[in-house]
Amino acid sequence: MGRQIGQRLISLVIILFGLSILTFGLTFLLPSGPVEQVIEKMGITPDPEVIAELKHEYGFDQPFLVQYMNWLKGVVKGDLGFSVLNNDSVNAILSRRLPNTVRLASASFALMVLIAFPLGILSAVFRNRTADYIIRFMSFIGVSIPNFWFGMILIWVLGVRLRLLPVSGSIGWKSLVMPALTLGITNSAYYVRRIRAVMSEQLSEEYISGLRSRGLSDRRIIIAHVLPNSLLAVITMLGMSFGSLLGGTMIVETIFSWNGIGKAAMEAVTGRDYALVQGYVLWMGCIYVLVNLLVDIIDQFLDPRIRRAMSNR
Amino acid sequence: MSSYRKKAWMRFSLFMFLAVLFVLFALLAGFLAPKDPLTTDYGHMLEKPGAGHLFGTDQLGRDIFSRILHGGRSSLLIAFAVTGIVAAVGIFLGTAAGYAGGILDGVIMRICDTLMAFPGIIFTVALVSFIGTGLPNLILAMSLTSWTGYARISRALVLSVKNNVYIEQARLGGASGLRVLGVYIIPNILPSLLVNISQSIGSNLLTISALSLLGLGSPPPTPEWGLMLSEGKNFIYNAPWMLIFPGMVILVCVVIFNLLGDSIQDLMNPRENIY
Repeated sequence: MGRQIGQRLISLVIILFGLSILTFGLTFLLPSGPVEQVIEKMGITPDPEVIAELKHEYGFDQPFLVQYMNWLKGVVKGDLGFSVLNNDSVNAILSRRLPNTVRLASASFALMVLIAFPLGILSAVFRNRTADYIIRFMSFIGVSIPNFWFGMILIWVLGVRLRLLPVSGSIGWKSLVMPALTLGITNSAYYVRRIRAVMSEQLSEEYISGLRSRGLSDRRIIIAHVLPNSLLAVITMLGMSFGSLLGGTMIVETIFSWNGIGKAAMEAVTGRDYALVQGYVLWMGCIYVLVNLLVDIIDQFLDPRIRRAMSNR
Repeated sequence: MSSYRKKAWMRFSLFMFLAVLFVLFALLAGFLAPKDPLTTDYGHMLEKPGAGHLFGTDQLGRDIFSRILHGGRSSLLIAFAVTGIVAAVGIFLGTAAGYAGGILDGVIMRICDTLMAFPGIIFTVALVSFIGTGLPNLILAMSLTSWTGYARISRALVLSVKNNVYIEQARLGGASGLRVLGVYIIPNILPSLLVNISQSIGSNLLTISALSLLGLGSPPPTPEWGLMLSEGKNFIYNAPWMLIFPGMVILVCVVIFNLLGDSIQDLMNPRENIY
């Protein structure tokens, strides 16, 4: 167990290192350097001498690794740079807007689980019966539907036609409903299919016929044996689907004008506010990595084989 | 041929036919479209779907049906291109990693891990924002970020065939590493990858549309499905058809390619039909 955690931590460090290199490396993809960008934005005709001077002052003339180390020192201290667009530090903007994204993501996540579990279980239990066909059809459409389009259709039906909910904004629970529905429903579809697959696999195992021959009821077999055995695989998938949830927040926040960090990032993209884009990427990467680490740890505690090995110590 | 296989073949033929049909629509848009996709007509702005305009007109009086047909080029065909590039890069790197092992394997897989540590679309958006918007850059960014899935799967597949006797024999016969990869390994694992390729045409189409919707793809007058949606959203109150039809077409295309992938899976591996 200790060894496993050690290995996991080493790969975590490697991934975080890779994340930081990639994020920092983005700057070098700019068609012109960061100094030129700022000067152009200020509307001044770039004077080569001034540019060279500024480059020297900010350390842009140093080799990649030195620049990276300087940048990393700042990042570790919590300095991700300055957002030209918002006239504030990147960290301040992101932490101010993060709660909104967390609210949206957790509401969507809860919805996703609430939809996916019952439907996935039903579908597996009533395999190849009417309920299963309906659920499979719906989840197939759900997997294929563009989440941005689904969101727009929701806006049109619930907001424009029925006038039940505000079409955009991020104030009050009412404006949370549609973005959360969009993300929750579209993400749950994939999950329904996976839960059905995992449970079907369990249901065709030999121990099921063993339990049946011992006279256990189907309900008891499913609740006491199939569900716990499927849970592990399902939780691992939860961690993976969290990534598409985070990616989805960026699109859905933009469509619904939900004031989270995804919308801030999209504004930064259109406004060429590179520091903010970088900060967003780094934050999202870290959140995603940490969530997956958490899922891994939960997995290991849920797996009786590993748990037993631990208590034997 | 068993009845199961017969059914699987029939399904495969049907979805293949539909897929080819949609590709033909996109290729022949110039002949099939009733109107020019770019010609504005201020006498017929925001017109409802009807006899003159099958899917209605947009805010500039352009025919939405014609725009959707032409949009197939910058949406569906680009999805094909991206899938081709991504699959080629991913399969090559993955098989190389699996076959060579050692340091090369370690480096490629760590790069994979790192890229996969960014949630899907986010790193692509960041890349596009740094290298600049527009279709070529969009394709480049998507290719740089999404080869990882292929690399992982093909690496696993290589590891499973690598120790077969025929590989050993080829090597004893003096075939070089690249030749063993290209002639013996890749053709062997390619069929297993077809399912992924077909399904990622659908998901790449979704990503391209999403990025165009966010304004990172082709610039405005271009008929592109995602872009049409973002324009349509501004007219949601008086012209909902502007966002219903382009989205519907995206959905139908994704459904077709996902079903095609499923049917290939059924054909090749009937036992795994648990979905």
